[in-house]
Amino acid sequence: MHVAMNMLNKEQLQRTPLYDEHVALGAKMVPFGGWAMPVQYDSIIKEHGYTRKAAAIFDISHMGEFIIEGNCVENGLDAIVTMPLRDLPIKSCRYGCALNEQGGVMDDLIIFRLEEEKWFIVVNGATTQKDKAHFQKHLKNKTVFTDVSMKTGKIDLQGPLSLNVLSSFVADAGKLDYYTCDYFDLMGERVLISRTGYTGELGYEIYFPWDKTKDLWQALISRDDVKPAGLGARDILRIEMGYSLYGHELGEDISPLESGLDRFVSFEKDFLGKLALLKQKGQGLKRKIVGIQSETRRAPRQGQKICLESGEEVGVVTSGTFSPSLGLGIGLGFVAAQSAALGAKVFFGDQKSKNVASVVSRTFYKDGSLRHKTI
Amino acid sequence: MEIAEHLLYTKDHEWINIEGDEATIGITDYAQESLGDITFIELPNIGDEVEQFGDFVSVESVKAASDIFSPMSGEVIDVNDDLKEDPGLINRSPYDKGWIARIKLADPEEQSNLMTAEEYAKFLESVG
Repeated sequence: MHVAMNMLNKEQLQRTPLYDEHVALGAKMVPFGGWAMPVQYDSIIKEHGYTRKAAAIFDISHMGEFIIEGNCVENGLDAIVTMPLRDLPIKSCRYGCALNEQGGVMDDLIIFRLEEEKWFIVVNGATTQKDKAHFQKHLKNKTVFTDVSMKTGKIDLQGPLSLNVLSSFVADAGKLDYYTCDYFDLMGERVLISRTGYTGELGYEIYFPWDKTKDLWQALISRDDVKPAGLGARDILRIEMGYSLYGHELGEDISPLESGLDRFVSFEKDFLGKLALLKQKGQGLKRKIVGIQSETRRAPRQGQKICLESGEEVGVVTSGTFSPSLGLGIGLGFVAAQSAALGAKVFFGDQKSKNVASVVSRTFYKDGSLRHKTI
Repeated sequence: MEIAEHLLYTKDHEWINIEGDEATIGITDYAQESLGDITFIELPNIGDEVEQFGDFVSVESVKAASDIFSPMSGEVIDVNDDLKEDPGLINRSPYDKGWIARIKLADPEEQSNLMTAEEYAKFLESVG
């Protein structure tokens, strides 16, 4: 067997406030977007299982956070992102993208409306500096932009039992509905918690002071009903839900329409990249995103070709994994727009192996606790 | 890291248990640990001819696909069908329930190209 080792050059990688905790837990650390991150603690499949059936915590401190103050129309924020902001209720969040002029995705992000004129933006870790420059370039003068990324630690608590866990720290956590946020008193800190996540399960994202994130992690991990989960499990969980990952299904040369994010794009307002998207709609998309489900446990892998029964090559796999929930290989990929309709038989693989799969809805896993009512 | 005393080993972390002119093949504890959770294995067909250090089977873990090579030449006479539904047996029991296949040996002399348990332990230390 040939084992490809991920060489971890620790000198060049940034560390989250939980780096020492991960090492102490015996995590395998890997480079991810310039950060040293835990890919697994014990078994990726077990960590996936804790999240689907109980509760798991993820260190997501590498992600970037910005605070923008001012009227979102006057300061230009509304025109930088694809989702509608003007009607966003206070203490609610929305998912969307920031685009370039060509309609390509600079990043996908979540915006929280903290106050009438105060916005909290969560962006990907690997793109934080690029996003910061993009926002600062396009925001108008009458605003205050603050990058709080290195002051803000972040722990995601995810799983059907996550509310039980959180409730023992903050009594009224159950009041948070899906995609809302609020401030809570947690271990002596006044902190922001949102009911959001990347797993398809009921879950919360806790924004905590960087220097104290370790204390929160230790308090959570000391409980019997909470286990740590790494990026390996996180990737499976998000692929099972058909969620896009920047650098895979999203990028500067991919439009949000191609990656199936139409419902996070408001054509009722003006935004950077809108003209390019309208042109694309007029001409028709050249490619589209699909879910593919293997007939066996063998997983599609990023970069593999997607072919029709005739042998015609129609696309490429962008993410793939074995799905523990389905017991089958699953993947996401782009195919030529007029090919591979839902239900179509396709093949994925390379010269060594050709594997049969079906084109399916990207929501591979449909039994998640994501939208359970807790109020 | 467990190393079974009575087996012979390759530098690619496969093991072989020779019993007369037949042998059982699997991968080592080190190999399964490096791969992580094994999710799929493409077993050889009974009757396939394999060559020493030649392509044998492919396995997939959550993280990646990897090739496993045959420690010796021969003809495949049995495969571990339990692995089709539960490839995680390799993780849980690499030297016993997670065996992969049995072959009829073509050339018993080939075992001189393999490492003893003691040699494999030293080899693992050297690869760190």
